[in-house]
Amino acid sequence: MHPVYDPVTVRVVAVLVGAGYRRYASYRAAALGGALTNSVFGLLRASIVAAAVTSAGGTIAGYDAAAVVTYAWVTQAVIAPVHVFSWTDVAQRVRTGDIAVDLARPVDLQLQFGATDLGRALATLLPRALPPLVVGALTFGLVLPRQPLVWVAALVCTLLAVGVSFACRFLLNLLSFWLLDLRGPVTLYVSVAALLGGLYVPVGWFPGWLRTLALATPFPSMVQAPADVISGRVAGLDLLGVLAVQAGWLVVTLLAGRLVLSRATRKLVLQGG
Amino acid sequence: MADRPSALAAYRALVGSRVRSQLAYRTSFGIDVVSSLILACAELAEVYVLFHNLDVLGGLDLRAALLVFGLSHLGFALANAVAGTLDTMPVYVRTGTLDVLLLRPQPLLTQVLAGDVMLKRLGGASVGLVTLLAALGAQDVDWTPARVVLLVTTPLSAAVVFAALFVAAGAVQFWLVEAAEVTNSFTYGSAYASSFSSAVLPAPLRLVFAFVVPAAFTAYLPTLALLGLPGPPWLPGWLGWCSPLVAVLAWLAAMGLWRLGIRHYTGAGG
Repeated sequence: MHPVYDPVTVRVVAVLVGAGYRRYASYRAAALGGALTNSVFGLLRASIVAAAVTSAGGTIAGYDAAAVVTYAWVTQAVIAPVHVFSWTDVAQRVRTGDIAVDLARPVDLQLQFGATDLGRALATLLPRALPPLVVGALTFGLVLPRQPLVWVAALVCTLLAVGVSFACRFLLNLLSFWLLDLRGPVTLYVSVAALLGGLYVPVGWFPGWLRTLALATPFPSMVQAPADVISGRVAGLDLLGVLAVQAGWLVVTLLAGRLVLSRATRKLVLQGG
Repeated sequence: MADRPSALAAYRALVGSRVRSQLAYRTSFGIDVVSSLILACAELAEVYVLFHNLDVLGGLDLRAALLVFGLSHLGFALANAVAGTLDTMPVYVRTGTLDVLLLRPQPLLTQVLAGDVMLKRLGGASVGLVTLLAALGAQDVDWTPARVVLLVTTPLSAAVVFAALFVAAGAVQFWLVEAAEVTNSFTYGSAYASSFSSAVLPAPLRLVFAFVVPAAFTAYLPTLALLGLPGPPWLPGWLGWCSPLVAVLAWLAAMGLWRLGIRHYTGAGG
């Protein structure tokens, strides 16, 4: 395996990021359709949480109506780039056997798919995030931070969320070395990640036991973290804390992926005889 | 000349083969059903978390909200099992599979619908049904014969409305092709909208999700009629009695759109 700092590897990764970017940037109509869906869900979610806060007397767990409406719209803006959806790119390669070609390449498998996924995230960032934010601003009104530094932090936070999301999806896809049909586990993953990540309702609104459960998973680092940072809800030291937790989860999930990958490839060699 | 099998017989034969093929892989099927069950539970958890923080949302208490959730999920899961496969219409149009289906002596819609009847969705339907029964048990409904009929017909009307939305979404694919995802906003969007009290929506949205896309007629309005509640401005509770009629209208409109779509379609093959 090549070390990451090897200049050849760095160039290959850059090419793969570019390829992922171009692949997803070319589907403009699809991006528009997706952004419309995010906007419709934004309208519905914002209505529900706004009504909830009003009904509860003005605030729930520190979120007033304006804050939670912003939260709802920002989550709709980030879920596509972060990709809290079904993703079976690795599993499909395993099923067809093409994974053997990928494994024979001189760049590590996790790095190959990770680089392509980063390209995908960069290509979808603006086309999928801006329309819901614009619709949200025009209909409900959003409270967004004005300091440029917060936006830099928001970008870093969103990229960390993409990384954690990729590492989790990669790990899930490795199941395909053992299971033929991954549709069930993928549905399961998406629904649990969406709930525990805070896509439906902020994690702070959960009853104690569910919040504890959620915080023991990497999912809030994928949805809640960017939503809180972009909406300016966490700042200063708290913000650094959020980024640190995300970085921690990124390392843990990537390492878990490497560990399972090494077991999976050993199994693949056994099958190949 | 031997009689051609009727469309219904063909549909039954095709669906039978699909059902057998799904049951053949027991482990996969089991995982799929459990996943669909947990997906529905995660959505139920949203209602639970909201009501953990408040007592009344959109004029409904927890019991009434669960009634709406149960009706909406049961109806949607039934429709999704039968018609959810229309989601793959863009693939059929793009890859030319549609041309093959058009050549066969059976109605196109029958063939597409029979292509994948998803039994696993029944996991979601069971969560809807259990929620519905629990909510009814906890509720003091002033039962009349009319209300019993309304309760029994509502999941069916809801399933027809959602199936009509799937058909309409599939029909629009003949024009969209590239922007297939657009229609998710109104199939899955209205499923989501229907699982809550429409009273939480701002008036314009409330009107859209009742009279343009009849989501409110699948669960919220029938719940109002069952419980004898008045309803928010623009949506009086008695409208709930019109759900079966709305389902028929929605289905007719969807079939009209489907026929227009087929007429518009020209194969990609040279």
